[in-house]
Amino acid sequence: MAILTREEAKKIIDKVLAYSKADETSVSLSGNRTGNIRYARNSVSTSGESDNIALAVTAVYGKKSGTATINEFDDASLEKTVRRAEEIAQLAPENPEYMPMLGPQTYLETKTYAESTAKINPEFRAQAAFDSIDPCRQKNLTAAGYMEDTTGFSSIGNSKGLFGYNRSTGVDFSITVRTADGLGSGYANPDVNDVTKLNTKATTQIAMQKAMASASARALEPGKYTVILEPTASVELLQNMMRSIDARSADEGRSFLSKKGGGTRLGEKLFDERVTIITDPQNPELPLAPFSGGGGGGGRGGGGGDSLGLPQEKRTWIENGVVKNMYYSRYWAEKKGVKPIPFASGFIMMGGTQSLADLIKSTDKGILVTRFWYIRAVDPQTQLYTGLTRDGTFYIENGQIKFPVKNFRFNESPVIMLNNVEALGKPVRAGGNLIPPMKIRDFTFTSLSDAV
Amino acid sequence: MNRRDFNQLIGMGTAGILMPALPAFSRSVEPEALLEPGVDVAMKKRLADAAMNAAKSKGATYTDVRIGRYLNQFVLTRENKVQGIINTESYGVGVRVIANGCWGFASVSDARDESVVAKAAEKAVTIAKANARLLTEPVQLAPQKGFGEVSWKAPITKNAFEVPVKEKVDLLLSANAAAMKNGANFVNNVLFMVNEQKYFASTDGTYADQDIHRIGPSFTVTAVDPQNGRFATRNSLSAPMGMGYEYLQVNPSDKLSGVTTRYNKGYDMLEDITSAAKQAKEKLSAKSVEAGKYDLVLDPSHLWLTIHESVGHPLELDRVLGYEANYAGTSFATLDKWQAKNFNYGSKEVNLVADKTQVGSLGAVGWDDEGVKTKKWDLVKDGILVNYQAIRDQVHIIGEKESQGCCYADNWSSVQFQRMANVSLEAGKTPLSVQNMIKDVKKGIYIIGDGSFSIDQQRYNFQFGGQLFYEIKDGQIAGMLKDVAYQANTREFWNSCVAVCDQSDYRLGGAFNDGKGQPAQSSAVSHGSSTTRFNGVNVINTARKI
Repeated sequence: MAILTREEAKKIIDKVLAYSKADETSVSLSGNRTGNIRYARNSVSTSGESDNIALAVTAVYGKKSGTATINEFDDASLEKTVRRAEEIAQLAPENPEYMPMLGPQTYLETKTYAESTAKINPEFRAQAAFDSIDPCRQKNLTAAGYMEDTTGFSSIGNSKGLFGYNRSTGVDFSITVRTADGLGSGYANPDVNDVTKLNTKATTQIAMQKAMASASARALEPGKYTVILEPTASVELLQNMMRSIDARSADEGRSFLSKKGGGTRLGEKLFDERVTIITDPQNPELPLAPFSGGGGGGGRGGGGGDSLGLPQEKRTWIENGVVKNMYYSRYWAEKKGVKPIPFASGFIMMGGTQSLADLIKSTDKGILVTRFWYIRAVDPQTQLYTGLTRDGTFYIENGQIKFPVKNFRFNESPVIMLNNVEALGKPVRAGGNLIPPMKIRDFTFTSLSDAV
Repeated sequence: MNRRDFNQLIGMGTAGILMPALPAFSRSVEPEALLEPGVDVAMKKRLADAAMNAAKSKGATYTDVRIGRYLNQFVLTRENKVQGIINTESYGVGVRVIANGCWGFASVSDARDESVVAKAAEKAVTIAKANARLLTEPVQLAPQKGFGEVSWKAPITKNAFEVPVKEKVDLLLSANAAAMKNGANFVNNVLFMVNEQKYFASTDGTYADQDIHRIGPSFTVTAVDPQNGRFATRNSLSAPMGMGYEYLQVNPSDKLSGVTTRYNKGYDMLEDITSAAKQAKEKLSAKSVEAGKYDLVLDPSHLWLTIHESVGHPLELDRVLGYEANYAGTSFATLDKWQAKNFNYGSKEVNLVADKTQVGSLGAVGWDDEGVKTKKWDLVKDGILVNYQAIRDQVHIIGEKESQGCCYADNWSSVQFQRMANVSLEAGKTPLSVQNMIKDVKKGIYIIGDGSFSIDQQRYNFQFGGQLFYEIKDGQIAGMLKDVAYQANTREFWNSCVAVCDQSDYRLGGAFNDGKGQPAQSSAVSHGSSTTRFNGVNVINTARKI
């Protein structure tokens, strides 16, 4: 029941809209089926499956709106939910920033759904876990891992004729391997929509290698170092920065993109000229939902609020170091007389052709960072973040990995980091984005950690 | 929905207020529905018995059933606008079993029929048997006596859901107006209320009906200096509490005066937001800290988070054993350190306790989510590590005969596991006021309110910010500082503790959204302390130019 077809979803949405009496009505119908398996100490600890489907009706009178939800779809329940949304709307305070609903939109075709992922069952998950645990048991290493697969659909419609439907799948697999003496730890976290691209055994072997290679780390003095950041390390810093490029906050003077004296830094060159970041819902390696909001499984379109239903298009955010686009909610866009731009996720940072190994080879002295952990904002004004390296940090000399080093705490801003670019490699998928391995100079490590 | 999605939904992505996650499968309801009684206790017992009988007939050797109704209300405002009022309800049943020595779990939403919960119980047994094939050691469950039919209710005096939405909106908007009048450029102000109605039954013979209430007011005030392109924020000094609406009733005896007023079990939002507006402006021109070693005087509104990260988490036994290795991490506080009986986690001043019974705390309940009566126990006594936090399938590892009662699931649809109890620093035994503590400090910083936080996966190295920083010079407050963060190692930090103020300064801080587990679950937990002094801590300057 959880995954409705386009036709089934449209039929329910049309029925709901037919019951509505409000000035404007919108409907969001989404569902997902998700399954997971978790293991630690080389043994399965928990696993589960759940189905969820929900319909939300938003009724609007003037600038007052109310939302009611339901997970039963007989006629009486649907009508009752519409009435309830209308009652809540009548009693709601007025929202002065309310924007009228969008009319019909045209959406791109995107390939966010893979049948292979939708077919995953408990036996498949148990086998995936076994393929990961077994090689660790054989080498006297300890595996802790998690796999979660999601199949979902999302559909939206409103009384002005808008309709959108998308289905998507996603698999999240992560594995930490530790040595028996607790002195080495390695991690891998591939990111796919199509489970045929996931091999838990091969992925686990990467984590095993890192665990063994990271044992008996030596301490280096904290300070500024040239670093090579694997995409799994840099992705969260980049994502955090890209989530902050909202025009309203910048116009209000409370963003790193606020301009001295007022306004935003749109059009200014803030980064190294090799930095170009785009989103592209039709990219075959990183397909994204074709419209903003609506909920549902993986491949989210991002956004919500008054941007619900805005089309997601190919968009350049940063081009050759220059800020080209920022998010504009529909309310803020109208106020500023510009086109609304919905919040996005799934960023593609352009890179080169070099592999991670090529970047290491071209480095005289530096640190290879495979993962960052516990990243938290320190100062939103400068996008300063702190966090630590984790699960394999290595010293590079004369183009070769020489020895593992103890973990560092960093205090660094992605804005400064993207000004200190030495080289960019070939982008790979990490955490729902396409990110190149990067060589960055003068990356700031402020203290040492004994953690393994 | 995770916190980030929710922040986006309400358009507060960059506002910096930490919003709790909505429980799974929540449905939106009208405010009146939050006062409806839900399924009655006799029906809950019938549903639980149906699940336990079904599981037993399929071969389960142990079964517990949690019937949960989770009610939330959010009132969201910015400046003079109401951004949203969200009321949600989530109801369902989770069944956990042991079959063939292995755990199995299944849940079902909106279950009001015995056959539906029986089916969920059977599914849990099927999952347990499937996973038993990959098991290395069977579950060892500590024995637990049954308590029969019992109940527990949070000792609140005013149910927040009985207070009309309009009264809450009026409070928030009048507070926002006070902030704007006192120099704020922006205010985001949110009130969050929770009622967990939980019924627990197990084959040990306990049927526990519990009613839990929590409340969390929180705001962020922003001041902007457009000429210099700078901005500064000050968050509320409130704490989320295991209380009803009485937390928002102003009571002079709950106020502590000083460089800024701090609050105990009654929070004066209007007063705090007025101070916040002035202090956010003051921050813009405050002196940037000179990096170096300082003696830190930490207010409970700040120290709770340091306790949470550097004591609460490393002393969770599942982390020590490796069950969280792939996500939250493991712990430096390994079993050998506990076995040695002489591991000085902190100085002699440091007494840390776990307590699931503390009145007004977020973690207080009568029975935990596996039917264990809650209690209080020592973690660090006179500086020495003496115990962990453990649940029924772990306590045999630390030689205990019964669980410490800190098992929790964030929803009927989540499987229960070991979660942090309220972990608190005990007040100093000799009389000491904050004023007298500061008087002895030559070069120090007084920190109030929680800010940025980060700690490594084994809980050695941490960095914390705050809301308000005051320089202490020769025993006097010398003015406001900015760009302050301190970095330390857990053991060195707690061993640098030289004094703890007495009980009269003891207050709770806490969080609604402590994350752990895969899939991630959220838990609410409080941490108490009095103002405490730590000597010679490394302070960094966080100012940068971009």
